[in-house]
Amino acid sequence: MRRNSQMNEEETWHVRDLLTENKSAKNRSELGEKFIPKLLLFIALLSILTTILIVITLVTETIGFFSEVPLLEFFTGTVLKPLSQNPEFGILPLINGTIISSAIAMLVAGPIGIMTAIYLSEYATDRARRVLKPMLELLAGIPTIVYGFFAFTFVTPLLREFIPGLEATNILSPGIVMGIMIIPMIASLSEDAMSSVPNAMREGALALGATKLEVTFRVIIPAALSGIISSFVLGISRAIGETMIVTIASGSSKNFTFDITQSMQTMTAYIVEVSGGDAPAGSTIYYSLYAVAMTLFVFTLIMNIIARYISKRFKEEY
Amino acid sequence: MNMIVGKSKQEDQQMKNNAEIVFETKDLNLWYGNTHALKNINLPIYEKKVTAIIGPSGCGKSTYLKTLNRMVELVQGVKTSGEITYRNENILNRSFKVEELRTNVGMVFQKPNPFPKSIYENIAYGPKIHGIKNKKILDQIVEKSLRGAYIWDEVKDRLKENAYGLSGGQQQRLCIARCLAIEPDVILMDEPTSALDPKSTLKVEELIQELKKDYSIVIVTHNMQQAARISDHTAFMLNGELVEFSDTDTLFSTPMDRRTEDYITGRFS
Repeated sequence: MRRNSQMNEEETWHVRDLLTENKSAKNRSELGEKFIPKLLLFIALLSILTTILIVITLVTETIGFFSEVPLLEFFTGTVLKPLSQNPEFGILPLINGTIISSAIAMLVAGPIGIMTAIYLSEYATDRARRVLKPMLELLAGIPTIVYGFFAFTFVTPLLREFIPGLEATNILSPGIVMGIMIIPMIASLSEDAMSSVPNAMREGALALGATKLEVTFRVIIPAALSGIISSFVLGISRAIGETMIVTIASGSSKNFTFDITQSMQTMTAYIVEVSGGDAPAGSTIYYSLYAVAMTLFVFTLIMNIIARYISKRFKEEY
Repeated sequence: MNMIVGKSKQEDQQMKNNAEIVFETKDLNLWYGNTHALKNINLPIYEKKVTAIIGPSGCGKSTYLKTLNRMVELVQGVKTSGEITYRNENILNRSFKVEELRTNVGMVFQKPNPFPKSIYENIAYGPKIHGIKNKKILDQIVEKSLRGAYIWDEVKDRLKENAYGLSGGQQQRLCIARCLAIEPDVILMDEPTSALDPKSTLKVEELIQELKKDYSIVIVTHNMQQAARISDHTAFMLNGELVEFSDTDTLFSTPMDRRTEDYITGRFS
């Protein structure tokens, strides 16, 4: 105690005094403490507001469309002839094209993506992983127009060597290229899910005499299942929303067919075609854009909801 | 506790004459890259005994334990020389099948590490990967193993629940049960009670006393009282060297080496 008071006498200033002197600065910071969170809230609301406005526009214009074309006809019609004298608006050819192209993409991306993830997470050395993962993620950075071009000028001619009946524009080629585009997404997200399974799990299984494959397939994959499945669902929703590749490489035939060597149109490609052409505002064809966009929106929304549900439902606690 | 210790002494006397050696370590050296982690270790592990390995942190005791089932190889850049024979076969030989070794030499880890599966599936995992598919047999193995680890009564009504719903102590006994399910010959325990509360620790210690009737146990522990309570033989390691190995009573009452004495009397740690 004595020493303390001696020290105080030697000092020319006191911390307590300095603190009270700076009270004005404190007042100013209180203003910031109150004002800045409100500003942040406003900015956060801005993006939500934009989304809401988009949805409102979609819904009102879609309602406009359905006053001209019956709902049932739209969703069950297999013929889409928006530009003909007697226009018909059946969305099934577009839904069919979207589902088929996405299915082809997932058949390519699913197995390759998960096998890549298994290699990177369980077998690759640290050095290999450090080199390979960024390279893989580079694939995800390629603009989709480049993929589209690649599908049209390289993959289609290549496939025609093997499949003579393949049309110049077809759904198979963009489907495959879309799959290649999605591989990094599935591989990277699944790898994250598998690497985040604690090493203690691997050790526990290895110590029971399990081989590396048994550890991977019977401990690591089940433990990472929620992450793996949600990477698949996100991949599907990416495929559904993909536009450029199918627009370029699949043409604009509105065929309702299951023959993948033929040209088909997806919902996204239809929107590109119609909004690129001169659809006069207020015409039925103009409104059909919104109806198709609304359907597309519902599709991807459902996929996202499924992804969220799955990642919660299958989460294995560790 | 006193009773258990007394009993183990009696057993000790009876079995001393015909104790068989399970693991024989001869001139074992181990390097992590350039770090010389184990230096000329020579150590026998006796059948159906508890061998404790004590020593300060970083002395190599866990490394030695993990060499016995070659889990140490999971670390990149590990090199070994010398030999460890398990039932007269050199396990450090590259041709020795590591999965076979680990099927015979089970391991319990410092932190309980059940799989994120049901209690039942945790136990059934080992038998399943080794090809047992019959549901009835699996049911029996699960019950037997859980009983063997004295956790059956606590979990018998919740076998389908996730193992992570159990308390830390229960999880550790579940991991011991998981290890028992493939009926190993030796059980390695790497500080199995260091993450547990005193009550769970006592339960695990009592369990070890029971297990040594059927299994040879090697346990690494920080806790010298624990080593004194539960082990038949104790090895003291320091800086990668084996300083002293003898039966537990001798090591704790009349240590031969000055460094052992310093350590067990708490002069350094």
